Amino acid sequence: MPCVWPDGSLSTSGRLMLAAVQTDSTAEDVAEITGMPLYRARSSLRQLLAAGYISEEDGRFSQTEDGAAKVKDGG
Amino acid sequence: MTTIEEPEVRAALPRLNEPAPAFEAVTTHGPLRLSDFEGSWLILFSHPADFTPVCTTEFIAFAEIYPELQKRGCELIGLSIDSLYSHIAWVRNIEEKAGVKIPFPVIADLDRKVATAYGMVMPGESKTEASRCVFVIDPKGILRAMIYYPLSVGRNMDEFVRLIDALQTGDENHVATPANWRPGDKVVMPAPNTVELAEERAGEGLECIDWYLCKKSL
Repeated sequence: MPCVWPDGSLSTSGRLMLAAVQTDSTAEDVAEITGMPLYRARSSLRQLLAAGYISEEDGRFSQTEDGAAKVKDGG
Repeated sequence: MTTIEEPEVRAALPRLNEPAPAFEAVTTHGPLRLSDFEGSWLILFSHPADFTPVCTTEFIAFAEIYPELQKRGCELIGLSIDSLYSHIAWVRNIEEKAGVKIPFPVIADLDRKVATAYGMVMPGESKTEASRCVFVIDPKGILRAMIYYPLSVGRNMDEFVRLIDALQTGDENHVATPANWRPGDKVVMPAPNTVELAEERAGEGLECIDWYLCKKSL
């Protein structure tokens, strides 16, 4: 289940994951908030990162402006 | 004329207590890497082919033990040399026909990269399918157990839950587990490795058959 479609839109789980990313969230935080297994959170965060919706520094994730806008418009 | 046969190139099997071969694979839950499972126990298993009878019974049985594995901090991931669309159609078919949702990801290993890294294809059995292999990988990514079954024999799920219990019990308590061990049974103490320790073992109040085979309750 990709969480980001090729056109940049988000799947249901992708929207859930992106919305769960707060400032400096870890993969463990996102897994806990979404109730998804940690491996799913890690994989989804990688996809959201590649799509430019989140940024990462030292294993901590934050929404980018594009990501925040995506959350605001419902994905 | 004499023909010289090319030596067959055989993939090396992974080895116990060494890092499990890393992978990045297309799965029914999206692209996954072995490292995504870091911190969890993981059972990686292969099956010969989608939409086949024994494999279908196994998938249903793996889905049934999945909650028990999760209680033990263990994830599950399947694999076969089939396409992602075949996997998706099959897991949907299992849910439709047998009422069982497959909760774990399944690797679509059409390029055989994972199957080759783990030595899952046994050419003497089949050159195109993976055998029924089971690999237990610990939270640090170390391969802790391997079991291979032939194509014709469906696996015993109880054994995999028991195996996880035994590995975790051994790790937590620095003990081994005897034949047919089940949680709650006595465990085996490591054998003494000096004469002095062998003599001391006798006075430790353990249940001993002899100095080298002593059990205790946890």
